[in-house]
Amino acid sequence: MTKTLVWVEHDNASIKDATLAVVTAASQIGEVTALVAGSGCDGAAAAAAQIAGVAKVLKADDAAYANALAENVAPLVAGLMADYDVFVAPATTTGKNIAPRVAALLDVMQVSDILSVEGPKTFTRPIYAGNAIATVESTDAKLVVTVRGTAFAKADATGGSASVEAVGAAGDAGLSSFLGSEIAKSERPELTSAKIIVSGGRALKDAETFQSVIIPLADKLGAGVGASRAAVDAGYVPNDYQVGQTGKIVAPEVYIAVGISGAIQHLAGMKDSKTIIAINKDEDAPIFQVADIGLVGDLFTLVPELTGKL
Amino acid sequence: MKALVCVKRVIDYNVKPRVKADGTGVDLANVKMSMNPFDEIAVEEAIRLKEKGVVTEIVAVSVGPAKAQETLRTALAMGADRAILVVSEDEVEPLAVAKIIKAIADEEAPGLIITGKQAIDDDANQVGQMVAALLGRPQGTFANEVSVEGDSIVVKREIDGGLETVKLALPAIVTTDLRLNEPRYASLPNIMKAKSKPLASKTPADYGVDIAPRLKTLKVTEPPVRSAGIKVPDVDALVAKLKEMGVA
Ligand SMILES: Cc1cc2nc3c(=O)[nH]c(=O)nc-3n(C[C@H](O)[C@H](O)[C@H](O)COP(=O)(O)OP(=O)(O)OC[C@H]3O[C@@H](n4cnc5c(N)ncnc54)[C@H](O)[C@@H]3O)c2cc1C
Ligand SMILES: Nc1ncnc2c1ncn2[C@@H]1O[C@H](COP(=O)(O)O)[C@@H](O)[C@H]1O
Repeated sequence: MTKTLVWVEHDNASIKDATLAVVTAASQIGEVTALVAGSGCDGAAAAAAQIAGVAKVLKADDAAYANALAENVAPLVAGLMADYDVFVAPATTTGKNIAPRVAALLDVMQVSDILSVEGPKTFTRPIYAGNAIATVESTDAKLVVTVRGTAFAKADATGGSASVEAVGAAGDAGLSSFLGSEIAKSERPELTSAKIIVSGGRALKDAETFQSVIIPLADKLGAGVGASRAAVDAGYVPNDYQVGQTGKIVAPEVYIAVGISGAIQHLAGMKDSKTIIAINKDEDAPIFQVADIGLVGDLFTLVPELTGKL
Repeated sequence: MKALVCVKRVIDYNVKPRVKADGTGVDLANVKMSMNPFDEIAVEEAIRLKEKGVVTEIVAVSVGPAKAQETLRTALAMGADRAILVVSEDEVEPLAVAKIIKAIADEEAPGLIITGKQAIDDDANQVGQMVAALLGRPQGTFANEVSVEGDSIVVKREIDGGLETVKLALPAIVTTDLRLNEPRYASLPNIMKAKSKPLASKTPADYGVDIAPRLKTLKVTEPPVRSAGIKVPDVDALVAKLKEMGVA
């Protein structure tokens, strides 16, 4: 039986949603052991043990793992991989930071951002901003893969009862330290798990206008808020709002694109949404080629009207 | 301190890629090719560090076909001092690219290696992290802001929840994100000057790196296409649709 080691994304107390899709992908490859590396991470380990489909939890609890610094965590994972065949991590910024470092330590070519498991060593993955899908088979003895969360169903967060085993720490590599973070706390649903997303583009003019036009609509719908690169670059919203090839990949039930043209880099991040709604004054904007429902006109009159009528 | 910047020749980001009819890959014949956009940001950052007096020499490196010379000339025209082209007409995977960069770093001993966060063709997002692992050095991925402070570098990183700041001991590897800077255009005089800057041509064998692929591409297909939907005439019609869908 193929043995997989899954990277659990967590905040020490609880696990993050991204982990659940990774467990599903890993179960399709083989037996699942979940690795919780953190500092004071009993809560997260207990939560990981309850995920349906997890056979065992390894807990590496050490100050060196507090902020998932790749320099400290990658040697831990590479060491544990002596007993496993496949390392599976989410294609989140944490997974993308750590997994290639593990892969290089194992002398393995990583398979990034898998969309499906086609065989023990065969996967599909998007290339060229999702304009092509490659089916690739690894010839390496061990595998390192990252998983696109929107491509796999979420495993049940409860129902499992795995044992938790403490594993030794590889310690601090002494190469890097964590200085701090700027994480905006928000009541809004997280982009990657929101059922509805309202996204704004360059047309929103500035941060104040973005706030006054997009946010009331999102509030009415209980939606997450996204943006195009242009809106982020112009400072309307922070970087973590960016949806696209090089931002977040989302696939909500409903994606509402407001004043976004639909560049391939943006489409790459949202074209698997169930229903796409576009509001744009240019009836030839490429966004309408993927939109299920289009409304042509000036967003500054249409969006407030929509918000008012909901 | 010497800086090594990695630049890849890729399909221009404005071109819509087409899958070849035989399913073996993406059609690159007669397609406009450019420097990977994240690598432009990498080159720009190295130049800014040189303008600040932190970096003394910028070496641009590319692994790719002979035509990747053009990409390196662009880097030289922007402000890199010299270039190394490691020629391979065959596709070289991130792991092998990383091994080549590692070998060059062993020779050049740069204080800083800057790569893009992701090549927009393979969308792998691997090379920088792999180079860091192979060299046993720290990595500041998805950089939004960097500053060299003595023998370390402080990197503000773009992460899923916002931003985080790490401090890395030099030598270090940095991978660029979109907001790190806005790359300059090369001026005409600089494009002329770049023609006489040194560009060394090497092969993977010169560095003892085996570039045999580890991944077999079995096929490349078009993604499922979304059919265009309908246009609604006004907000009332949109509200009706939303109600039908049960979201309003
Ligand atoms: C390496 C690289 C990576 C990238 N990654 C991403 C990514 O991850 N995500 C991403 O989004 N982009 C990404 N991009 C950028 C992408 O190419 C586009 O530039 C960007 O998506 C455009 O944003 P936009 O649609 O908001 O702006 P624009 O293209 O300027 O479109 C604005 C739209 O608003 C409409 N509009 C204007 N005024 C009004 C009005 N009053 N009412 C209604 N409509 C109006 C216009 O008709 C237009 O269609 C990337 C680019 C590169 C080079
Ligand atoms: N063939 C190559 N030659 C030079 N640099 C490369 C090459 N491939 C990747 N890189 C660098 O590594 C970064 C990440 O690429 P990738 O891991 O392929 O997504 C790119 O932005 C480049 O800076």
